[in-house]
Amino acid sequence: MSRYLLRVVSLVAALAVWQVLTSRDVELWLRFSQFPTVTDVAHSFADRIGTGTYWQDVADSLRRIVTGFVVAALAGVVAGTAVARSRLAEDVLGTLLEVVRPIPAIALVPVAILLFPSNEQGIVFITCVAAFFPVLVATRHAVRALTPVWEEAVRTMGGGRWRVLRSVVLPGALPGILGGLSVGIGVSWICVISAEMISGEYGVGYRTWQDYTVVDYPGVFVGMVTIGVLGWATSTAVELAGRRVTRWLPRRAAGTGGGRGKGATVRATDLV
Amino acid sequence: MRPTSSDRPGARIALRDVSLGHPGTPVLSGVRVDVPAGQVLTVVGRSGCGKSTLLRTLAGLLAPLAGDVAVDRAAVRGPGADRALVFQEDALLPWRSLRANVELPLAIAGVPRPDRRARAAHWLSRVGLDGLERRLPHHVSGGQRQRVQLARALAGAPRAVLMDEPFGALDARTRAGMQDLLVDVWRDTGVTVVFVTHDVDEALFLGDRVAVLADGRLTAVHDVPHPRDRAARETPATAELRRTVLAALGAHTPEEAPLRPFS
Repeated sequence: MSRYLLRVVSLVAALAVWQVLTSRDVELWLRFSQFPTVTDVAHSFADRIGTGTYWQDVADSLRRIVTGFVVAALAGVVAGTAVARSRLAEDVLGTLLEVVRPIPAIALVPVAILLFPSNEQGIVFITCVAAFFPVLVATRHAVRALTPVWEEAVRTMGGGRWRVLRSVVLPGALPGILGGLSVGIGVSWICVISAEMISGEYGVGYRTWQDYTVVDYPGVFVGMVTIGVLGWATSTAVELAGRRVTRWLPRRAAGTGGGRGKGATVRATDLV
Repeated sequence: MRPTSSDRPGARIALRDVSLGHPGTPVLSGVRVDVPAGQVLTVVGRSGCGKSTLLRTLAGLLAPLAGDVAVDRAAVRGPGADRALVFQEDALLPWRSLRANVELPLAIAGVPRPDRRARAAHWLSRVGLDGLERRLPHHVSGGQRQRVQLARALAGAPRAVLMDEPFGALDARTRAGMQDLLVDVWRDTGVTVVFVTHDVDEALFLGDRVAVLADGRLTAVHDVPHPRDRAARETPATAELRRTVLAALGAHTPEEAPLRPFS
């Protein structure tokens, strides 16, 4: 309980500092005189939130990121598992992927424009590429790090390749994969917003850039706050979903009394 | 529901001039031994002598470098549900409850779920783990986890159980209890057992016969005078065999001596 209080206090304190710096037009090398105050932003936010455009932008951005991220998650897990488990896949895909990986997804905007008939698909493509690599790398490492005896046990029970994949590789690699998904959703936001700023029609990133070009600074901050809140919400969703499916992991009872006994029995975890 | 010894007798295992190990680094060569159906063969040897390699070859996880490994006259071509392997280390899947672990070989064999549940419950109860079905492996003790491994091995109704120092990490008291349990279920099921250990006393207690591995060979196979009889521990015949086996293992080098040889 007190921890939640602390979290709220920390947020409020940050807002208070912002308000003081901007309302007093503080100029200490950093210049806050042109900076909108918290109240300016709050008023602008209140105006925007009543409009259909605001929610249209939010819905567009969310649709793009969810589509791109889901495709990236599936492709990343499949490709990561293949590269880790099959020598052929590693030879065919390994080097190729490693060469493409260092290219920032946002640098693929020209590629997206050339490839896709509409900007919409291009943005989803960039978001997808951005999330794909963290998921791929995390999956590859997690699959390679699996305890070999698990697989041997299943094979001596007469389990074949697919059974090993389904009953050992995927559940065993899941904690590592989730790490990749967490990173991936964060990178996705960076890229979806950037892509919208460059080539979007509607979306939070597009709107934020529009506000900047018409010198509506409070509007820019409304966009930034919106991005922050949406990013936080989606990564929390990924995190919670992840915790749910990895309840079997031995957790250190870090002073949070009562946590230990609760984890002792499995409920929905008879996964496979 | 419960597999009985009459409809599932143990398998006969035969090794003919087998060399084994990893390609380029043979660990054992010229291994010849027969395990008659339903018997217990214990295998003793110092660490690194190839005991585990032998079991992994029998399980089909490792192909022999030369020679024939046959189960009921059919050459072993890979792992199969007819031979269950019990590992020394923790080989339970940590995300599955104890019950789900025991059900796994049945699921692989395509046994329908209600039947699976019932058979898993039977075996968990047989190894004394009633009421712990829904626990996760890391919420039970090491000894209990080895019981689950035994239950999991037997649930699939194998014809041979291959055990790789399964009680090696347990304290002496738990180990004796596990040995008694193994003897009980072995009597019930009639499976063939190959049991690897570095503990000579354990080998002389459990085995119908004891095979000795030393210097890259299987040097001898001895008949055990009084298999599975704790009271026979101090008989002259047992003491004599113990001396012979220890001598063959070179137990006079103190740091490598098998644990508590005369305790």
